[in-house]
Amino acid sequence: MAEISREDVAHLAKLARIEMTPDELDHMATELDSILGAVKAVSKVATSEIAPTSHPLEMTNIFRPDVVKPSLTNEQALSGAPAKDEERFKVPQILGEE
Amino acid sequence: MTDIFSTASEMASAVAKKEISSVELTQAHLDRIKETDGKVHSFLFVDESGALEQAKAVDVKIAKGESLSPLAGVPLALKDILAQEGIPTTAGSKILEGWRPPYDATVVTKLKEAGVVILGKTNMDEFAMGSSTENSAYGTTQNPWDLTRTPGGSSGGSAAAVAAFQAPIAIGTDTGGSIRQPAALTGIVGVKPTYGGVSRYGVIAYSSSLDQVGPFARTVLDTALLHEAIAGHDERDSTSINAPVPQVVAAAKRGDVKGMKIGVIKELSGAGFQAGVLARFNESLDLLVSQGAEIVEVSCPNFEYALAAYYLIAPSEASSNLARFDSMRYGLRVGDDGKRGAEEVMSITRDAGFGKEVKRRIILGTYALSSGYYDAYYGSAQKVRTLVKQDFEAAFSKADVLVSPVTPTTAFKIGEKSNDPVAMYLSDIATIPVNMAGIGGMSLPVGLADEDGLPVGLQILAPVMQDDRFYRVGGTLEAALLSKWGKPILANAPKLGAK
Repeated sequence: MAEISREDVAHLAKLARIEMTPDELDHMATELDSILGAVKAVSKVATSEIAPTSHPLEMTNIFRPDVVKPSLTNEQALSGAPAKDEERFKVPQILGEE
Repeated sequence: MTDIFSTASEMASAVAKKEISSVELTQAHLDRIKETDGKVHSFLFVDESGALEQAKAVDVKIAKGESLSPLAGVPLALKDILAQEGIPTTAGSKILEGWRPPYDATVVTKLKEAGVVILGKTNMDEFAMGSSTENSAYGTTQNPWDLTRTPGGSSGGSAAAVAAFQAPIAIGTDTGGSIRQPAALTGIVGVKPTYGGVSRYGVIAYSSSLDQVGPFARTVLDTALLHEAIAGHDERDSTSINAPVPQVVAAAKRGDVKGMKIGVIKELSGAGFQAGVLARFNESLDLLVSQGAEIVEVSCPNFEYALAAYYLIAPSEASSNLARFDSMRYGLRVGDDGKRGAEEVMSITRDAGFGKEVKRRIILGTYALSSGYYDAYYGSAQKVRTLVKQDFEAAFSKADVLVSPVTPTTAFKIGEKSNDPVAMYLSDIATIPVNMAGIGGMSLPVGLADEDGLPVGLQILAPVMQDDRFYRVGGTLEAALLSKWGKPILANAPKLGAK
């Protein structure tokens, strides 16, 4: 049985905010299926008594003093904006007609 | 005479002694890039005026008699994944085409402070996702040893630039082998430092728990000099280790391995590796023994699952990291016709701006993290990570360093694996466990494979923050190989230019 269907991929693409053509979805479903077939080997050795490792360093809660330091100016921060309006990022409408 | 074929430390010393100016040295490299980059395509952007300006500033300091860093005036190639203020930075992706960062990565700040001259930005697989540079949105880099082959990846542009004498030193990043593998395939030295050893601030994130910045050069000493220049704690990277930088330059100069125990990883030194790769690997072991080292065999039985775990962990982290490319604050925006909403514009932009492999990994990561599949995929992969770490701990209890070939084969042909993602992933089988455990490693050129005449790399690994150990072993072996060969390995590469 396939690990992942074309419909699954369409749903994931929607979650990931990537608009895909029907052709892309077909290809992606086939490729992901072969990749998932290869990577599912992990579940063979991952027994319940093994603790997971999320990060190579065992450090938690790295704090620094809460002081204001020089940072980017508005002009610098806006320098790469696709669109801007005075000192603000200009974005497409966020609230739809719903 | 100092020229583009000299080592970085020779160049720095000649500049300091005013035998050559940094401007002359920089111009010679810019000329070399003009002459050869049509064939190799290492660079995405060459900052001719900026480089000459930085070089001039070093020359002025020398004229004034100011004290300088060990690499002052030496040109460098920078992987296009590091932010450099005002310089186009794409990470090999169309989604960042034309973006000029408003700030410098910490590594770039350190390089500038050290008087290193940044020549330009080098080609890479898009967002560092790949092993050949074939996933770059801006064309493939060719291997200077054979232009029909890839230089490896993702830092293939940086490796090719150093191997083609376009720069004596370069910066790369290594998430699953992206420094060590291209170093091996182009016959140069590359190091992935201990995770947390070099700041990731200003490095475009792919997989944050695995990414690490590191140096490339043509000699172990040059690699160590660059390593020291960029390493150290940075409060702007919360995963940066607050401890003294390992003494890598001293280790590179030490020149002996007497009494060291070298652990051969059983699972990474036999089946699945090209005969010529294994032949050079075994010769290196003999040389190390002749230098006074002892060889022991170690077993890392869980490494066979590391590749699978990596291709769940890295895409999972990538799917989250790459959410920032939303077309709102920087980068590409497509389809904003005044009628479409933000989410629709975002989806159209991400389809247009991301390449195939990036989309594949984002979707794979989204799947591995989604409810119902999390435990089976991402959760299991994290457990494998624990097992890999334990394998390393057990192995390092028996040996000071561990060794294996860097790659199963020498450089592969462009196009050979580009349509088979799983085959491409397999080229990182020996490098990936290292990133999972957060330890450091070196790729050292140890000769040419008999069957194809292409370079072979030896991987040397040390425990966390013991990076000096692989410089000690690498420096000693390099000297032994050089006296055996009578000339550097790159003297065997085809001449790309008039010289």
